[in-house]
Amino acid sequence: MEHIRTTKVEQVKLLDRFSSSNKALTGTLYLTATHLLFIDFHQKETWILHHHIASVEKLALTTSGCPLVIQCKNFRTVHFIVPRERDCHDIYNSLLQLSKQAKYEDLYAFSYNPKQNDSERLRGWQLIDLAEEYQRMGVPNSNWQLSDANRDYKICETYPKELYVPRIASKPIIVGSSKFRSKGRFPVLSYYHQSKEAAICRCSQPLSGFSARCLEDEHLLQAISKANPANHYMYVVDTRPRLNAMANRAAGKGYENEDNYSNIRFQFVGIENIHVMRSSLQRLLEVSGSRGLSVGDLYSGLQSSGWLRHVQAVLGAAVVLAKAVTTESASVLVHCSDGWDRTSQVCSLGSLLLDPYYRTVRGFMVLIEKDWISFGHKFSERCGHLDGDPKEVSPVFTQFLECVWHLTEQFPQAFEFNEAFLLQIHEHIHSCQFGNFIGNCQKEREELKLKEKTYSLWPFLLEDRVKYLNPLYQPQAQEFAVLEPNTVSFNFKFWRNMYHQFDRTLHPRQSVFNIIANMNEQNKQLENDIKDLESQIKQCKNKQADGVLTKELLNSVRPESPTLKTSLCFKEQTLLPGNDALRTIDSSNPADNRYSEYAEEFSKPDPAVVSLEYGVARMTC
Amino acid sequence: MEFSELIRTGQAQAELLRGPEAPPLRGTLCVTGHHLLLSPGPQATPDLWLLLLRSVDSIEKRVAGDCGTITLRCKDLRVLQLDIEGVEATLNIARSIEALSSLESVITSFPFFYRPKGLRLGDAWHFHPPERYYKRVAREVLLRSSQPLIGPQKRRCAEDEALLRAVLAGSRPGARGFIVDTRSAQTAKQARMTGGGTEAKAAYPGWKRLHRPLERGRPLQESFVHLVEACGDLEQSMDHWLSRLAGCRWLAHVKEALSTACLAAQGMEREGACILVHGAEGTDSTLVVTSLAQLILDPSSRTMAGFQELVEREWIQAGHPFQLRCAHSAFSHARPKHEAPTFLLFLDCVWQLGRQFPLSLEFGEGMLLALFDHAYASPFGTFLCNSEQERCLCEVRTRTHSLWSGLNQLKEQRKLRNPLYVPNPLALWPSVEPQSLRLWQGLFLRWTRPPEPSEAAWEKVWQIVTDQEKTEGSQPTVSASELQL
Repeated sequence: MEHIRTTKVEQVKLLDRFSSSNKALTGTLYLTATHLLFIDFHQKETWILHHHIASVEKLALTTSGCPLVIQCKNFRTVHFIVPRERDCHDIYNSLLQLSKQAKYEDLYAFSYNPKQNDSERLRGWQLIDLAEEYQRMGVPNSNWQLSDANRDYKICETYPKELYVPRIASKPIIVGSSKFRSKGRFPVLSYYHQSKEAAICRCSQPLSGFSARCLEDEHLLQAISKANPANHYMYVVDTRPRLNAMANRAAGKGYENEDNYSNIRFQFVGIENIHVMRSSLQRLLEVSGSRGLSVGDLYSGLQSSGWLRHVQAVLGAAVVLAKAVTTESASVLVHCSDGWDRTSQVCSLGSLLLDPYYRTVRGFMVLIEKDWISFGHKFSERCGHLDGDPKEVSPVFTQFLECVWHLTEQFPQAFEFNEAFLLQIHEHIHSCQFGNFIGNCQKEREELKLKEKTYSLWPFLLEDRVKYLNPLYQPQAQEFAVLEPNTVSFNFKFWRNMYHQFDRTLHPRQSVFNIIANMNEQNKQLENDIKDLESQIKQCKNKQADGVLTKELLNSVRPESPTLKTSLCFKEQTLLPGNDALRTIDSSNPADNRYSEYAEEFSKPDPAVVSLEYGVARMTC
Repeated sequence: MEFSELIRTGQAQAELLRGPEAPPLRGTLCVTGHHLLLSPGPQATPDLWLLLLRSVDSIEKRVAGDCGTITLRCKDLRVLQLDIEGVEATLNIARSIEALSSLESVITSFPFFYRPKGLRLGDAWHFHPPERYYKRVAREVLLRSSQPLIGPQKRRCAEDEALLRAVLAGSRPGARGFIVDTRSAQTAKQARMTGGGTEAKAAYPGWKRLHRPLERGRPLQESFVHLVEACGDLEQSMDHWLSRLAGCRWLAHVKEALSTACLAAQGMEREGACILVHGAEGTDSTLVVTSLAQLILDPSSRTMAGFQELVEREWIQAGHPFQLRCAHSAFSHARPKHEAPTFLLFLDCVWQLGRQFPLSLEFGEGMLLALFDHAYASPFGTFLCNSEQERCLCEVRTRTHSLWSGLNQLKEQRKLRNPLYVPNPLALWPSVEPQSLRLWQGLFLRWTRPPEPSEAAWEKVWQIVTDQEKTEGSQPTVSASELQL
């Protein structure tokens, strides 16, 4: 590797940003082609993928060495002290190069090899099949059909090839409408609610300017309306703030004029754009990452960053969608500007509220494949996979995961998966280890031949499925068929397990989740054992004509008494593979916590006079 | 005194609204000496709705036409609305509630009349003799006291100095002592003007003083009031909510209390030092610190019985003036005189500890909520009066029931216990970073948010745990009769 000049530096210190007394771990730092690796003197390994590095900073030289601060996209912050400035400089330069790739082909996924053969890899990619998903929703049907209009990405480059549209919408209408929409993203089906016969559709903003009209577009909206026999009107939800949408009119874009479209009910839901979201999260991280933070600082920082207000707005918009479908059986068309950020958030969250399937492990993968990957959320640009325009980077998908997390907090029994699942997905949108999130749309992915050259993330997550299961999940519970979250302000909290994932000392020291999951697993096992044993007994009874069971037989079928309960609790457990987030630590250490600056006073020696008198006091005893 | 003098209208027709989640209740409203009763009509459910008048914190009346509305804000932070037929009846009932809910006399309070079935007077009043937490192996001690009476003349007291000397002498050789003063150095010094003060360095060799100012009294009460106000507003914007949460400073007080307790505990556990905690009187923030420090260090105080004993010893017998501090909760319009949610602050800290070590406390959130409710208004005598002396005078122990016997009844256990408890022999060092502390929603938002999903989840946890116990204990089900087949 031409970028690596120093591969190994010894006597490097790793500082914990939240512990007291600048406790540091000393160890060796290794630089590989894909990872930065730190092995401390306990032989504990910290792996940092180059693709995860968001920024590297070299601070002013200190007496103990040269500080190197690395901020990661998965919100890990590491602070190394490298003894020699020369080494620090080399590593700094290498990381600058390695963390920003110019070409897709240099991303980790193209070299990652999990030792699978071609057919295994292909099967992995076939695991999630969107055609199957639309079938599950109940399309095609008498009102909706698969359109081949975008067969060679002719009409819209950023849409998938397979699109579902109203049966009565002819190809000229579709083509006409696509010319009247930003980036050609015309209205198509995102989710079909079978029992209500209502649809959630998505598109980009119309090129309406101040007065432009497009008959085909008007027809297409009418066709969507008509495809819903239960309701004659439909909602058009513009997810932008009114002011932004108005400003777009001056650029020849804008929003639907209610007078030109028959039977639409138009509304804004006021979610801010990617730039506002980017700086909002940045501000939040600045605040929550500062040392010696007071409670007041944290909450005023939360407030001034606006992050929770934005999360509330996104979730609020999803509630609008779900309500329109469930209470009015109305179809909804959602758009923002280009229809790949806010629209993806709102459509996917709306479907998640409506359909319990998306709250399962597999269903959630399907949801991400459908509303995010296939509909062209620009993962590579938003996550900054390549060295590109920093203004295109924005935590839109992270924000979506946070909305889902808030739902799991409000409905602890409605989701098959747990928080670790969300964190793991977040890890991999940035890791570039798997092909799923590489590229910005399906066309680009095909050109990159991702299915031939890289692996899909989903089979690897499914393999570890047990780790991601929520033990409290109640799949059959009727009250969770449709989720109606309460979006009142105090239901929104700072997501510590995401934004402080790697700050071990900030987390609860014991995990209820692991314990319950283990108990649950064991209960199932034991119940099966009991059933087995009972049937064995029955068989034995049938066999033995005289019906007397020997004592030996009884002993032989007695299950091993599980002694899990106590032994389990005092063991460290890792939830996430390969990183040390979310662990269970029973023994906590006071030195991990800055209880007070006075704590240091404990270790200060007493003045000589006092210790003398103290000695006297002891002698009198 | 006869309660009947205070009851002008005995009963009226009324409708009770109990928040957005519960259905309204219609029936006959009735004021008795200690309770407000609502008895639904004969055709409706036979359940009687009952409210201890003592738990009413503030009352607001409004009349329109020939009906009236009374809004009751309760000490447990519940808000109730009564729509009553008849203007006269409304006003009379409001006046009665006002008078009866604020009676000063202890011996006419409800605990002196409460005689529940299945409980015997005198049960569960006796715990082990009061004794500070004492680590038997390491021989460090945790002590509490009030401030020394140094005064402006900088007086000294040989006996007091000898006592502290003896403490160190009784500890392991070479042990040092730390005095944790819960006031700022400035305040402690100022206290000299009124006859108080803090230990002079020279007079107490071997002891080192640390000042950790904790909020108390009126500022603490106001913090509580502001937080509860903020929690009652469902319509507020996110910005407003967050700024109120920061502005009320409640969580900052929680952080300070927890870190001071950790400091004291750390002194004992890690430095092998003896710790003396005091503020001014030694009956408020001192108790927060000493009781939390014990919970951090001593596994036995984390059991159901151990925790009750801790509260009994470190709060009730230590003379926390419950009657004064809990006379009003967060809704009273009167200017607070002696009210302060010191005990609630302690409970909140315990809740935070329980969140960070969810398997290490035998009691659950339900226990903490029960203690909060009963400290402010209770049919039991446990939290009556301000000190042991007063309780003796009122014969509380012989004439009222103990809360502990009430709580230890079998039917209460599921609400109070932590199903996941596993004894943890280690010290619990919580994180006191602001990111690690949470608003105690179960208390502050208890009546404003729908409890179903989280309660159902809790029920499921219980079910999993009981299943676990069942399956673990179960043998292959071969009954005697089957064997005889």
